[in-house]
Amino acid sequence: MEIVIRINGKDERRKAGTIAELVAGRGLAPGSLVVEYNGRIIKQDDWVKVMLRQGDELELLNFVGGG
Amino acid sequence: MDEKLSIGGHFFTSRLFTGTGKFAASEWIPRMLGASGSEMITVALRRIDQGGTTENILDFIPEGVVLLPNTSGARTAEEAVRIARIAKAAGCGNFIKIEVITDMKYLMPDNYETLKATEILAREDFIVLPYVLPDLPLAKRLEDAGAAAVMPLGSPIGSNRGLLTRDLIAMLIENCRVPVVVDAGIGRPSQAAEAMEMGADAVLVNTAIATAEDPAMMGRAFGLAVEAGRLGYLARLAGQSKTARASSPLTGFLD
Repeated sequence: MEIVIRINGKDERRKAGTIAELVAGRGLAPGSLVVEYNGRIIKQDDWVKVMLRQGDELELLNFVGGG
Repeated sequence: MDEKLSIGGHFFTSRLFTGTGKFAASEWIPRMLGASGSEMITVALRRIDQGGTTENILDFIPEGVVLLPNTSGARTAEEAVRIARIAKAAGCGNFIKIEVITDMKYLMPDNYETLKATEILAREDFIVLPYVLPDLPLAKRLEDAGAAAVMPLGSPIGSNRGLLTRDLIAMLIENCRVPVVVDAGIGRPSQAAEAMEMGADAVLVNTAIATAEDPAMMGRAFGLAVEAGRLGYLARLAGQSKTARASSPLTGFLD
């Protein structure tokens, strides 16, 4: 099934799945990643439990250098 | 002997705070921290860039160094609050440097939005360090709102121009109950020493260290300058005069 979710401000059409699957599919290193899902942070251990649904909003963030 | 600096229940031996921005390679960060003695360092939070690197800046910060996430990128109080909550939920601790910037030329902090964000976050048990233009009435409002320190700028971020706001910072030092941390614009160790001689409680230096040819050595230089300036302040600087005050006896040699 295909759904549209908003990732970092852009709508993306993709296969339904969990956050863990989305992260793995993008080749991201989980250790450095902060995931905000519909306004709340999802801990890495819970990424496999959250099934993405139509209209969800995700922010994929990481810590970078800054002053 | 000097006492440790206390902010939000944490105690700091070093009064030099540092930042993680602009290093040519992140491997410099732990070396700089070791050489400078700095015990608190800023980090920023950003959307990942698609296909970009996934280097984690936190991997370069040794255990025991306090993280000070900033809210850079925020244009409003609401955005700053959101970034602060994300940083805390991501395990960065309770400290937050509020940085709300709408002016893209001089990167002047928006004091009004910064105050609003401080009011909200201090109620949520954050240790709030607002980055502001030095303004005494505002600093008093920040204190009342629960700020753990105030961080006035010396000159625009990354400009290396030193304490252009010197007299305004002096008013904060004289009148604030909370620590005053001079942030932004300090470009050389002597300027850090100057801030500390004035009675600043600490300084935050990023660009001047990170963009030096040898950031570790520059970190050490700043660490020493901050300590020297602090001791100069504690020892009470002598007064100035226009004319000479002889330091040897004024009588002629053979009188």
